[in-house]
Amino acid sequence: MVFVGSDGQLTVPTAVKIVIAGGFGTGKTTMVGSVSEIPPLKTEELLTEAGVHVDDLAGIEGKDTTTVALDFGRITINTKVVLYLFGTPGQNRFWFMWDELATGAIGAVVLVDTRRLDSSFPSIDFFEHRGIPFVVAVNCFDGAQLYTVDEVRHALDLDDGIPVVLCDARDRESSKAVLVGLIQHSMNRLEAAV
Amino acid sequence: MSAREDWWYDEAAGPLVRPYAMVRGRTRPNAPDLHLVTQVRASSFASDQTSLTVEHREIMALCARPLSVAEVAAYLDVPLIVVKVLLSDLIERGDVIVQNSSPQIPDRDLLQAVLDGVRGI
Ligand SMILES: Nc1nc2c(ncn2[C@@H]2O[C@H](COP(=O)(O)OP(=O)(O)O)[C@@H](O)[C@H]2O)c(=O)[nH]1
Ligand SMILES: [Mg+2]
Repeated sequence: MVFVGSDGQLTVPTAVKIVIAGGFGTGKTTMVGSVSEIPPLKTEELLTEAGVHVDDLAGIEGKDTTTVALDFGRITINTKVVLYLFGTPGQNRFWFMWDELATGAIGAVVLVDTRRLDSSFPSIDFFEHRGIPFVVAVNCFDGAQLYTVDEVRHALDLDDGIPVVLCDARDRESSKAVLVGLIQHSMNRLEAAV
Repeated sequence: MSAREDWWYDEAAGPLVRPYAMVRGRTRPNAPDLHLVTQVRASSFASDQTSLTVEHREIMALCARPLSVAEVAAYLDVPLIVVKVLLSDLIERGDVIVQNSSPQIPDRDLLQAVLDGVRGI
């Protein structure tokens, strides 16, 4: 196996990632698309019929399989760093993918639709339990901004330290601001930890 | 062609036939540290490609610039596990170079670079 040395030979960039989570239809794919430099891509994990992740193709020939798709986008930061944005899979039962997504991530944006707050509970629980920095972004579907930021914070039972922001996932500047807020939150957490 | 290979190319065998044909019966990647965002890139010293399959060559062409494992899988339109097997063949041959680490939580400098980068888009 050839690894990249520090001898100035061909290099590969450092990859970092941000997870865009939240319930079904909260605007995850929309947000990925509004900031990505490429149209969102889809990559598929193989599952057995019973929904078990296939990480070894042995023994599954002839068996029924299915796939679960992840959509993701990319922002080239500079020649040395590339950022990937991953939308979590639609169904929360695919926890194995969440683990891979969350490992080493800068943090997560949990998108919330105030008409269905509860659909984002599992995402919040996941990142809270893993100690992964996250911000809550309230996606303001037309005319659906029924609650203030404080009311959302209260309804979701969030710690004071968790930023809650309003956004429009279709809008590039708005989505950018959410990402900036998350990265700053991660930096603050890192500093507090030292 | 052996009977087993015949089976791989049998269209009636279902949707996994193509992935199986691609990996030529290998079932798991030899390079276990391939994650979604792991960066791969074609080596400038790539060996003779005539013995490679079409899919391997497609990967070599895609990886003329650095890409993540997830991007390679998406552009090739095959499941991640299949692309990991194919990539590990190429890594073993020295045709593809790979980032030498599992995903790590970024440090301050890296976060600052990402922050500046996102602000600049
Ligand atoms: N009005 C409005 N519609 C949105 C907004 N964000 C997403 N949508 C729409 O809501 C639907 C679900 O969004 P999608 O990104 O697919 O949600 P996902 O399931 O979380 O990936 C799509 O039809 C989007 O066009 C928003 O901010 N305002
Ligand atoms: Mg989606």
